[in-house]
Amino acid sequence: MTTIRATSLTKRYGRTVAVSDLSFDVQPGQVTGFLGPNGAGKSTTMRMILGLDRPSDGSVLVDGLPYQELRHPLRKVGALLDARAVHGGRSARNHLLAIAQSNGIPASRVEEVLALVGLSEVARRRIGGFSLGMSQRLGIAAALLGDPEILLFDEPVNGLDPEGILWIRTLMRELAAEGRTVFVSSHLMSEMAQTADHLVVIGRGRLIADTGVAEFIGRSSQGYVRVRSPRLDEVAKLIEIGEPHDGHLRVTGMTPLEIGTITARAGLPLEELTFVQPSLEAAYMELTKDSLEFSS
Amino acid sequence: MMEILASEWTKMRSVRSTVWTLASTALLMLAIGVLLALAVAGSADGPVNDAEATRVSMAGVTFASLAIATLGVLVVSSEYRTGAIRTSLMAVPRRLRLLSGKIIVFTVVALVACLASSVATFLIAQAILDGPALGEPGTLRTVAGTGLYLTASGLFGLALGALVRHTPGAIVAAIALILVLPQLTNVLPGEWGTAVHNHFTSNAGLQIAMPVESNPLGPWSGFGVYLAWIAVTLVAAAVLMRRRDA
Repeated sequence: MTTIRATSLTKRYGRTVAVSDLSFDVQPGQVTGFLGPNGAGKSTTMRMILGLDRPSDGSVLVDGLPYQELRHPLRKVGALLDARAVHGGRSARNHLLAIAQSNGIPASRVEEVLALVGLSEVARRRIGGFSLGMSQRLGIAAALLGDPEILLFDEPVNGLDPEGILWIRTLMRELAAEGRTVFVSSHLMSEMAQTADHLVVIGRGRLIADTGVAEFIGRSSQGYVRVRSPRLDEVAKLIEIGEPHDGHLRVTGMTPLEIGTITARAGLPLEELTFVQPSLEAAYMELTKDSLEFSS
Repeated sequence: MMEILASEWTKMRSVRSTVWTLASTALLMLAIGVLLALAVAGSADGPVNDAEATRVSMAGVTFASLAIATLGVLVVSSEYRTGAIRTSLMAVPRRLRLLSGKIIVFTVVALVACLASSVATFLIAQAILDGPALGEPGTLRTVAGTGLYLTASGLFGLALGALVRHTPGAIVAAIALILVLPQLTNVLPGEWGTAVHNHFTSNAGLQIAMPVESNPLGPWSGFGVYLAWIAVTLVAAAVLMRRRDA
């Protein structure tokens, strides 16, 4: 089942082409990263999915329908675009209540999502006084109000502290594990490497890659996982493709999870299992270098 | 549609600007009407005639109309200023339904507040002036007409807010169209100029509250012309809202 399908999606502003002939599918049950440099057209694409911007050409369907034709859209799709785009004078509860009412969602659900994101204590406070982290949580509460099957997040970790980043990452993984469709944009490869199962990579509004994260990693020649263990020799035997480097093992073409699973099965202790990113960043840079809007 | 109305009502009642602008509207009506009534009562030689007494009590209508127009502007433009319009449109992607919801909720709120303000002001001012009762012929129309004119001015603000999408710009447009330009049209030459002047926004609309002898438009036809101005602005706003990216 396909939940979001873009077909030859194109958006032009005058002579500038923000999104050009973009086609991709987003599947349920996994986190799909929407990756590209700043200005690549990610936000524009998200706005077209949500019916906010009108495509100049092509189409994008949500569960087979244009967004405008969904009867109670928030029960199908939840989205966090810009957490600061709220009326600061309203309390968190009233902000969510107004959204809930518009889609026939019971008021009790407002209390539920407030508790879910940890904002129950400040539900009566004006949103204007919220920190970025709190605003982000409120935005996610709004996205979850209708218990939607499809979730869209536009650069959700921007400006967050490590705790907030971890919280959002975990939440997205959980939502996908529940069988939902999670489509999350980022300009950071490293971020996507840790959250996404699948990647849609764009640059200058064009599709560059539509691939699993594992394949993407596999494609990159220099990507590796650093493994340290007090019983490194045994680990090296087990992970045949590992190359010994002074005091550690470099493994190319396997994810930390795969390595960790194998060593755990064998009962081998690990003291370090690190995904070394520069290579992935390099692969991403390599892929998008022709598509950066402004190169230095 | 009931869902959208409930949502818009929650939005409207949960921001302070609603309270401020409604309070300003009521206060301007009361303060100007009562002060003028006191002044007239103090300087008049004999009893003031009923028509004049009613007119005096409703003198705050022009300033009050700008306060309620400001609320109308804010109902739409504050969502564009903050970006909250995108949340609203994600929830209600049919744009005209969203706009209709805003119009209906605003009209009901404004109508109640504006009628209450004009009736209260009338009653207090007439107690000072020893003027007519509300039921007198012509008096009721003037007082209710003032409430209707104020509500319509608020809708004018809402339409301009949706058209301009920018709070200061829309407020300036409202002041220009309701207060400044109607006066300026006075200098237009000839018969054609006079017709423009008589039909221009508040010059026509105020015939229901503060009729001007020289204007051939009757109370209701004048108000109808004012509503036509508002309808045209609303249609333009609706067409653009459908077409523009949010």
